[in-house]
Amino acid sequence: MVFLTRIEHFNAAHKLYNPEWAREKNEAVFGACANENWHGHNYELYVTIQGEPDPDTGFLMDVKKLSEIIKEHVTEKLDHKNLNVEVDFLRGKMCSTENLIIGIWHQLEGQLPASVKLHSIKLYETPRIFVEYFG
Amino acid sequence: MERKVAIFRKEHFNAAHRLFVPGWTDEQNLEQFGKCSNPHYHGHNYELVVKVTGTPDPRTGYVINLSILSSIIQKHVLARFDHKNLNLDTQEFAHLNPTAENIVFVIYEILRKQLDASLDLTVRLYETERNFVEYPA
Repeated sequence: MVFLTRIEHFNAAHKLYNPEWAREKNEAVFGACANENWHGHNYELYVTIQGEPDPDTGFLMDVKKLSEIIKEHVTEKLDHKNLNVEVDFLRGKMCSTENLIIGIWHQLEGQLPASVKLHSIKLYETPRIFVEYFG
Repeated sequence: MERKVAIFRKEHFNAAHRLFVPGWTDEQNLEQFGKCSNPHYHGHNYELVVKVTGTPDPRTGYVINLSILSSIIQKHVLARFDHKNLNLDTQEFAHLNPTAENIVFVIYEILRKQLDASLDLTVRLYETERNFVEYPA
């Protein structure tokens, strides 16, 4: 079994703000992240697939094709966007890094060739904060 | 003999922004600034590198006390820009396009006023790992 990782990145605005709560409670729970006018991040995305190398090509899959799948289903929807306002797969959800990584998993699941499996996703919100998801 | 030494302090802040010229149409802004002109904003983890150059004080051995330099950056730069929308939440960019070039110049001007005139200052600002600016050039 071999694991192959493709790294992509996107820059986006968001805020952590529960519309069911008063502004004061949002500020108490989310601090500076609750700023109503948004703030933003450079997100780094690590997508890891697993499988056996194809005997003819030596590849798990064409990594360029993997990059195109990530671009089409994930980064084009997120890059230079407002996560709270403009992203269909996050609508109605809190835009935490945790929910974002689960949403990205569901975007990619089902898009990969049958010969490989989505193993894990790692998502950096800042160089010092990241989440991992294994489905 | 004067031995000048440069000392660096790295800080960071996360902010939203949008690049646009108010008098232009959405199409003109899109043509000039691409997806950076998205009216709903986008954002970055900005990394700030502040370089202070001077002669170490013969008594303390310091060019500047880094704890003091950090406090100055925290109070005058990060408190203004961290977790803010640069276009909407700051006076500095209410009428100035928040490009990396303009942000680094604004930060330089803010910090220059706080430092002793005998010290030289250079500010480098990373908008992404791959895009960064420096002032003075």
